[in-house]
Amino acid sequence: MENKIYFYPVWLRLWHWSNALLILVLIVTGLSMQYSSFESPHIPFSLAVTIHNICGIILVFGYLVFITGNIISKNGRYYKMNLKEIGGQILVQFRYYLYGVFKGDKVPFPVNIERKFNPLQKFFYVMIMYIGIPLLIISGIGLILPQFIVSRALGVSGLLLTSLLHICVGFFVSIFLMIHIYFCTFGASITSNFKGMFNGWQETH
Amino acid sequence: MKILYEKCPNATSGLITAFLVFSFFAAWSQNNSGTVRKFENKEDNSKCFKCHFNNNYTVTSPDSSKIITRKMYMDLQIDSNVYYHSNHRYFKCIDCHSDEYFTYPHNNDLRFEDISTCLDCHGGDPKFEKFNFEKITEDFKYNVHSEKHNSTFSCWSCHDPHTYTTHARTDKNILEVVAYDNNLCLQCHANKRNYRLIIDKDNPNLVQKHDWLPNQALHFKNVRCIECHTKKSDTLLVSHHVMEKKDAVRACVECHSRNSLLMATLYKYQSKEEISRNGFLNSIILNRSYVIGANRNYYLNMISLAILYMVISGIIIHALLRVKAYKRYHGK
Repeated sequence: MENKIYFYPVWLRLWHWSNALLILVLIVTGLSMQYSSFESPHIPFSLAVTIHNICGIILVFGYLVFITGNIISKNGRYYKMNLKEIGGQILVQFRYYLYGVFKGDKVPFPVNIERKFNPLQKFFYVMIMYIGIPLLIISGIGLILPQFIVSRALGVSGLLLTSLLHICVGFFVSIFLMIHIYFCTFGASITSNFKGMFNGWQETH
Repeated sequence: MKILYEKCPNATSGLITAFLVFSFFAAWSQNNSGTVRKFENKEDNSKCFKCHFNNNYTVTSPDSSKIITRKMYMDLQIDSNVYYHSNHRYFKCIDCHSDEYFTYPHNNDLRFEDISTCLDCHGGDPKFEKFNFEKITEDFKYNVHSEKHNSTFSCWSCHDPHTYTTHARTDKNILEVVAYDNNLCLQCHANKRNYRLIIDKDNPNLVQKHDWLPNQALHFKNVRCIECHTKKSDTLLVSHHVMEKKDAVRACVECHSRNSLLMATLYKYQSKEEISRNGFLNSIILNRSYVIGANRNYYLNMISLAILYMVISGIIIHALLRVKAYKRYHGK
């Protein structure tokens, strides 16, 4: 047990997997709506809208659980960044992924009880969880309740701007998801990080 | 311009002055070309509007000389202010109605006067060819209103010739077009009294009947009733073939898709104009509203696909290089 750290308490694992499932359903139904076609319907449009709305609302509650959990538990400290140092650290981590990993270099920021995420990971998690998801939630609520959206802004339809924001951020979250899954193979072994998100224990390098 | 200024310093100011003077006269002549036509009918029409503008009128009995006040039926009331902004504003009342109406009290036999149809004036006239009144008349034969209320329903039931203005074939704000056209339907379908003038039953509650429609208020505000309730026409800008309730569009993808029905209905005029200008389909909806599924920007699609391919290929290449490096350092 010495090389394992209990990073993922039950609430965090439950939130993570439910959030992952919701995001996947939201991506599939979102794509189905955006590329809906009479000739080749992916998912019936009204069903896609209903599922997308329901999953979106559940995701909002999940997000509140995540934020509350981070405030009241110690998990929140892993998302704190030192703005003076983070830039240089990201560069070091980026170089490691770019060629260090192929040369057999040691992990520059190994996981320990004080450091759950490497700097690059931390930066993107903060961007997604504290900027991306809130933007998705706000624009999503706007699309569910369009009467609250300003009708025109800068000469363009407010509904269009809100939709564009929702779709663009949703697209980047989808891209993040793919990169996230790939980089989860960078644990002590290829599968150890995935196992950790099931049993709560993360193996260290 | 610099050389011109150096050779003749007053030339540029002269040019600017000439341009401003020209612009002023161009604007003046344009403004005046629209208003130069006088309402030569006003004097004659005022005799009619004297009574027909009001809620009531007075009439003197020819036998007893008794003066009585009667209500003017709503259908016979014409708001002259609205009339002089309508498409038919330059007509005299007696261009369409008998000149015997100048006799007051009107002769009772005048109620049997034949009322002109649209085709009586607009049919076969090259000036109105683009409106295709013949096809509209043909469409109207299959219109559910025409089939169900044959004797009472005519063009005038929806398009009051005293107030009608062209809305669809303009660059007006789409929301104005939607509000105007929907109001034509709502003047009966949301008005118990008017509805009962046509059919002997109460008008259905439109909100309840459309409770299946998500974001109902948004749909009602942004699209016309006829988008779903008329048969799409290839030749008419506005289809006049109102279908039976059971045939109305209920599939969301009819509008929420690449080949959005709205491009052939509500945005037909604007999309034709847009295509003739730069051939960029559906952008007209994107510029004026947002319809999920119908709005797909080519460049955004291309950029997102490029990012997606780059990420996927980046991951695959990175993974392969890792496997290769792993084998080199840890052996096979």
